[in-house]
Amino acid sequence: MTSDFLYIWFPQQPAVSILIWAVLAIFLMYIARTPAHQALCGAARSLHNALRLIARSIMLAENQLRQRNREVLLAHGREAVERQIDREFQRVEALVSRDLSGYPSLQRDLKEQIAKIDEDYIQSGEVPPQPPEWLKVIEAVAEIPGNGSTVVSNILGDIHATLKKSMNRDLAEYRKANKERHALLKKMMPYWRSLGKTLVSVEKKITGLEHRSNVIDEQMQQYEQILAQTDQAERTLSSSSLTQFFISALVMSIAIIGGVVNFLLVALPMKEMVGAHSYLAGMPASDVAALFIIAIEVTSGLFLMESVGVTRLFPIISSLDDRKRKIIFWVTLTFLLVFASIESSLAYMREMLIADNAAITQFLSDNVKVEEPQLSWIPSVGQMVMGFILPFALTFVAIPLESFIHSSRTVIGLVVAWLLRMLAFAVRLSGQLLYSLGRLLVNIYDLIIFLPLRIEQSVRQRKSGAAAEVETLDEAVVASTEEK
Amino acid sequence: MLKLRLIFVVFTLVLLQSCTEAKMDSRAVYMLLDTSGTYTKQFDKADGIIKYLLAKLSTGDSLALARIDSGSFSEKDIIAKITFDLRPSKANAQKRAFYTAVNEYGKDIRNSSYTDITGGLLQAIEYLNETGASDKTILIFSDLKEEIKEGHVRDFPIAFNGIKVIALNVTKLKSDNVDPREYMDRIAAWKKRVEDGGGSWEVINDFDHLGDILK
Repeated sequence: MTSDFLYIWFPQQPAVSILIWAVLAIFLMYIARTPAHQALCGAARSLHNALRLIARSIMLAENQLRQRNREVLLAHGREAVERQIDREFQRVEALVSRDLSGYPSLQRDLKEQIAKIDEDYIQSGEVPPQPPEWLKVIEAVAEIPGNGSTVVSNILGDIHATLKKSMNRDLAEYRKANKERHALLKKMMPYWRSLGKTLVSVEKKITGLEHRSNVIDEQMQQYEQILAQTDQAERTLSSSSLTQFFISALVMSIAIIGGVVNFLLVALPMKEMVGAHSYLAGMPASDVAALFIIAIEVTSGLFLMESVGVTRLFPIISSLDDRKRKIIFWVTLTFLLVFASIESSLAYMREMLIADNAAITQFLSDNVKVEEPQLSWIPSVGQMVMGFILPFALTFVAIPLESFIHSSRTVIGLVVAWLLRMLAFAVRLSGQLLYSLGRLLVNIYDLIIFLPLRIEQSVRQRKSGAAAEVETLDEAVVASTEEK
Repeated sequence: MLKLRLIFVVFTLVLLQSCTEAKMDSRAVYMLLDTSGTYTKQFDKADGIIKYLLAKLSTGDSLALARIDSGSFSEKDIIAKITFDLRPSKANAQKRAFYTAVNEYGKDIRNSSYTDITGGLLQAIEYLNETGASDKTILIFSDLKEEIKEGHVRDFPIAFNGIKVIALNVTKLKSDNVDPREYMDRIAAWKKRVEDGGGSWEVINDFDHLGDILK
């Protein structure tokens, strides 16, 4: 049909027909050149502008999202630092109440020890021996001239002997007094040691307090930075959030594996309890029951961690008073114990079922009747212990879960912001490409009709050339007339 | 607000409906055992198939074993039948009891002078439909040579309605050896009868391919 229409001019000569169509088309295109150019350029410009507008809107949305991310990040950071500071203050309080509460008694001990030392010191003070009163008398007697008298000589000899005796006695007393002083000083040594120890312990406590105060100082600086909403604080929190996200995701995946193991332990015996052929929403009821038990255990674990204050996923629980939180703790712990016991028995039942299946297989293959299925104790006990421990192990999922939830908000925000930026770039690029395409189409249009355009150009040149010649002739005539 | 409540109620009802609906994915197998001629001596082979079935079938499935004799359209010909309990341990006990019953029967098989396969099939269809299983199978352990007592009417179409019929251990008779076309015609006739009734037909002579019997 199309070919018939194409060859309408000379059906026998298709080439000629096509040529006529081409000439006709070029002619029509030449006539419609200006409006066609305007339409192409207009369409390209409109699309370009529209896409630029869209890109701008996307960038605006990205900016808003980034701002919101920043706010959320800083809010979470502030909350985290507040918790840390709070914890540090609690530690300091504990330190002060534990160690420094005994400070008055410590001070009393120190004073007593110092008083005793002082007393001993005073007692140990060396008193210089007083010279005997009669020394002057002896000096006077000694100065009496002898003149060879034996009486004087005897008197002096007696005096010398008495003096010597007295000196020996004094020396002995002096030595005795020194010995007593030394004994007193020796008695002081334990007090000194005790005093030294007391002072060292005080120093240690003070150093611990100093360390805590340094930590608090650092955290306060961080807190101030967060409050001031600095870029540095944002970068630090963002990096910390990403690290938290990956670590918590890793721990969560390990926990999921633990959950799967738990499920495998429970699913088979659950068939015995709820039947193997009942279904809930297209899923075997035994599987649903097993999943339900695991879900209850995880939930109990979450509440347990919340009541202890390890996590803060539920503000209502963390805002409760200590007595109520204690009640929640005991209730969830009881739940966990009950479910752990149930799981343990289910694990045992699983082993029994496996043994029974093995027995029936043996019965059908070898025709050997097995009255009591052989139950091996090691795997049974192993599975029971595992069934008891896993619920408690799953309790700790609450910690990475909290980190994951908090950090995923930041990570998702960052990813979405990046995607929006990429989208804005793509839209902007598309707009630019469409604009260039419009210009290219205009050039292709002109290329198709290059022949009439060339003819038009030649005609114009000729016309302008003739006009220039006429002008030159006119100028020459005017010049010759002027010369004449 | 009222609309929201209504939507919530409808959604809950739909959810409950879907929750309480039991999935019909249970299987039911009815095995017909030829007791005519030499087939009484081939009970060992049938025993192997029963063991295979007991191992393969699980909780909620049904299994019946019946003999083909002079007039097989009767409950009296059912040797043992069971629908396994939903609890695996109970189902295992039932399997033991079923096999014991079959074993007892195997010790004292009486030879039948006629082979009423059609009657057996009708009884099988009735049993299988009563089980309400989604996957129904009839196993025929026979040479498929029907010999009916005089006066019994069996030449009418049977409605199989999606039941899978598998002929097992179809032995060749002496006359088949003389003219093998008899054997092929016999199988073709049964195939046509089953397929015309809306069932599917299969022959398994090699017991290594028993794995295809059940899904």
